[in-house]
Amino acid sequence: MMSMRGVTKRIRAIKFALLSPDEIRKMSQTKVITADTYDEDGFPYDLGLMDSHLGVIEPGLRCKTCGGKVDECPGHFGHIDLAMPVIHVGYVKELKKLLQATCRKCGRLLLTREQAADYMKEMENVEELGGDATEVQFVTRESAKEATKRQRCPWCGEEQKKITLDKPTTFREEGHKLTPKEVRERLEKVPNDDLRVLGIEPDVARPEWMILTALLVPPVTVRPSITLESGDRSEDDLTHKLVDVLRINQRLRENRDAGAPQLIVEDLWELLQYHVTTYFDNQTSGIPPARHRSGRPLKTLVQRLKGKEGRFRSNLSGKRVNFSARTVISPDPLLSINEVGVPVEAARELTVPIHVQNYNIDMVKEWIKRGPIAASKTGDYIAGVNYVIRADGRRIRVTDKNADAVAETVEIGFIVERQLVDGDVVLFNRQPSLHRMSMMAHEVRVMPNKTFRFNLAVCPPYNADFDGDEMNLHVLQSEEARAEAKILMRVQEHILSPRFGGPVIGGIHDHITAAFLLTHKDARFNKVETTFILSRLGMSGLPKPKIKEGDLEFWTGKQIFSLVLPKDLNLSFKSSIASKGVTNPKELREEDSLVIIRNGQLITGTIDENAVGAFKGKIVDKLARDYGSEMAKKFIDKVTRLLIGAIMVKGFTTGIDDEDIPEEAKKQIVDQLKVAAEKVKQLVEAYKAGELEQMPGRSLEETLEVEAMKVLSRAREQSGEIAGKHLGMTNSAVIMARSGARGSMLNLSQMAGCIGQQAVRGERLSRGYWNRTLPHFRKGDLGAEAKGFVKSSYKSGLYPTEYFFHSMGGREGLVDTAVRTSRSGYMQRRLINALEDLKVKEDHTVRNTADTVIQFKFGEDGVDPSRSIQGDAVDIDDVLQDVLGEEPSWKERMTFKEMTSYGLTEKDMVVEMEEEEAEEEEEPAGEE
Amino acid sequence: MKFNVLEHKLVPEHRVLTDKESEEVLKALRVTKDQLPKIRGIDPAVRVLEKARKAPIPEGTIIKVTRISETAGVSEAYRLVVGR
Ligand SMILES: [Mg+2]
Ligand SMILES: [Zn+2]
Ligand SMILES: [Zn+2]
Repeated sequence: MMSMRGVTKRIRAIKFALLSPDEIRKMSQTKVITADTYDEDGFPYDLGLMDSHLGVIEPGLRCKTCGGKVDECPGHFGHIDLAMPVIHVGYVKELKKLLQATCRKCGRLLLTREQAADYMKEMENVEELGGDATEVQFVTRESAKEATKRQRCPWCGEEQKKITLDKPTTFREEGHKLTPKEVRERLEKVPNDDLRVLGIEPDVARPEWMILTALLVPPVTVRPSITLESGDRSEDDLTHKLVDVLRINQRLRENRDAGAPQLIVEDLWELLQYHVTTYFDNQTSGIPPARHRSGRPLKTLVQRLKGKEGRFRSNLSGKRVNFSARTVISPDPLLSINEVGVPVEAARELTVPIHVQNYNIDMVKEWIKRGPIAASKTGDYIAGVNYVIRADGRRIRVTDKNADAVAETVEIGFIVERQLVDGDVVLFNRQPSLHRMSMMAHEVRVMPNKTFRFNLAVCPPYNADFDGDEMNLHVLQSEEARAEAKILMRVQEHILSPRFGGPVIGGIHDHITAAFLLTHKDARFNKVETTFILSRLGMSGLPKPKIKEGDLEFWTGKQIFSLVLPKDLNLSFKSSIASKGVTNPKELREEDSLVIIRNGQLITGTIDENAVGAFKGKIVDKLARDYGSEMAKKFIDKVTRLLIGAIMVKGFTTGIDDEDIPEEAKKQIVDQLKVAAEKVKQLVEAYKAGELEQMPGRSLEETLEVEAMKVLSRAREQSGEIAGKHLGMTNSAVIMARSGARGSMLNLSQMAGCIGQQAVRGERLSRGYWNRTLPHFRKGDLGAEAKGFVKSSYKSGLYPTEYFFHSMGGREGLVDTAVRTSRSGYMQRRLINALEDLKVKEDHTVRNTADTVIQFKFGEDGVDPSRSIQGDAVDIDDVLQDVLGEEPSWKERMTFKEMTSYGLTEKDMVVEMEEEEAEEEEEPAGEE
Repeated sequence: MKFNVLEHKLVPEHRVLTDKESEEVLKALRVTKDQLPKIRGIDPAVRVLEKARKAPIPEGTIIKVTRISETAGVSEAYRLVVGR
């Protein structure tokens, strides 16, 4: 067809095949006979395991095969001729299948000609329809199964015997042991055409090759020996294993040739089988792993590849890099969101290459003279130089001793590796790196102590907390990289998320609480307090106090907060503390939950999550969108400092007594729950008497369940309401829940009031014993208590049955999260693999690396979600307001916004996240 | 034909471009034919179009797909007919 532009070569297929003995001998550069490695002079023995035909690992020596030196010779294979054939553990499954599916006498596949032809046809069909290898495998599995079933050979009439496998490598035919030699002889007889029916390509994979007659010896470069400080040599585990193989192989050959008793030969043969098996896989079940003299199990071929520390996951999917650091993170509210605190120890090791030029040569010489551990006169960290790279590429390590001498030799064209200084651009990352905000560019601030530090407002995009989380840091090494990172990856450029177009960086936890304490209703602060708060902004001088009472001057919280707002900001929205469903301005004003900002002054309303929170902060959103990222960064920096100052003045704490409610309220709740339980009882009675009215589309039992659930969830809600009545806005826990800082009213009502119905798969609990959940109840009891309703609160404590039900519900949550995260992680990986190299071109088309069009316009509308307004390219209201200077009624706006899709999705998402976090907390401790 | 897939409400409009239109489209998008997304000759939508034209649609023909898009209102895409 047409040629693919930009793609010169494409992989059409990858073929896996078996190594034949011939091929092994062809690959081999030398036969290996002696188990010895080096002679007394330290030279490798000829025909030994370290034979110099197999490559070189010592500098100065040359390879006898290719003549190359250490880094030039890639290494070459050798081989061991085995005295007797042995089974390759990796193929025992296939061997069993083959032995069972073929005749013990004539070697033909145990299928009639017609059956075989049918299977071949089916396979061709699958291939023709574009089926892949796994789909073809379904057919071959079927054909093998069919052949295994047949008792008598359709070709020679021989009665077949049952083949079993004694793990790991012993085949038996009705109890009688088959030697590898016998197995090999049988498989040699299987004709090529019969193999094809089993899905085996005989040209590249004859089954008898699964029984080894020659063993490939890997190059010495694959198993280098190391010289210890004492001068002793220490061999690689693979070499050790090959030594064992060679020794036993030698003894077996001698005994066999000398005509030793059959028993001795068989024992040695089995020992050889053991060594070859463990050479491939030292964790084969059924045999003890081969051990080092110290008792440590040897790391053989499979162990090198498998698992987290194996070649694939550790060396190919993930690599270690230079100029990077990893340590525990901790918070620093005084850093800008663009900064990251780097410990001195790390800053000394991490370097930036500086090209020596005319303009900086004197400065560079000064740096070098400081030595590698430089300190200022006051003892503070200053950057030194670790390495000087000369124009010819030689690296010179700078030490205290040679610093002056090296500094003198520096010329233009040299490169020096300078330690970190404040302002260096680095990439900062936390796993799992699920979105682009998981890796952002920060500016360095070198600091004492041993943790990385950053502003709390940046926790949400990294999903970081400080319970022991660690993060990675990478120092950029070129001017292009730094420029690109600063423009594209800087923290301030990621305030708005491309996922839903809202802010992901903003106030959290105490910031929100503090905002509430600072701005709710007519909070006011005296001169000392105001000075303290404003000093954190680095302001000199106080604004005019809003309130004067005699000699006393007071500043309102709203006034203080307004100091960090741009002077021309106009905005109105509902606070997070607003009661649900209230849209009447009068009511909103009463609870001070209608935020109105005019010309940069907070007129009314409480600042909380809806104003400055990550995910929901309307002010952050507006600033990032209309004033630019620089302004938004400044705002977040200032507001977080201001709020931390405010909460330090006010003081804030919460404890279990925040969930205290009066005895009277407790009694009310108990009564109310009793009524609900009684209602359920009546429902059950009605159901038993057959008087329950069946709901359309449901059975009678389902109707009862639905009705009972309804009654009980209403009961929980009511107890929550009763408890809530006694938990006012002066209560710390309520402040946190309502302002959006942490926790929810549901959490509180479960602590103070009633926990409510426990469910598994969305239904009341029903499993456990026969016809009942626990032996504490009568069989067939359908009442509230018997089916998992918990009327106690977390604070009062649970009854034993309730405790049991609660753990049933909790367990489901735990299992769900585990399943969900692993599954969604896999889906995410697949999606990212499919999308990772697509990009938006200048003409707005989305294209892949072959330059073929994937989308004719990005997202079909060409809108970047992080620059859109609720998904639209333009916000008409906003433009109108700008042009006409009048604001559309806030009520109109708000109801409109709440109805349109994005507002809702965003809210839903945040609720979801909160749920996830709540579950996270229930995880058993000790994860980190 | 049992059912005309193009009449289903979830199937977007498919239209065969004339040679002149094709050229214009390629020019406007600045792409060569091989860079376009593909549609199989045996695609039910293509078959319906063939039936309507009473002539086979050769490989290399460009088909314009106009779909109602949630984000953009109406969006247009082009697909290149490839072998069956
Ligand atoms: Mg953590
Ligand atoms: Zn070599
Ligand atoms: Zn036979």
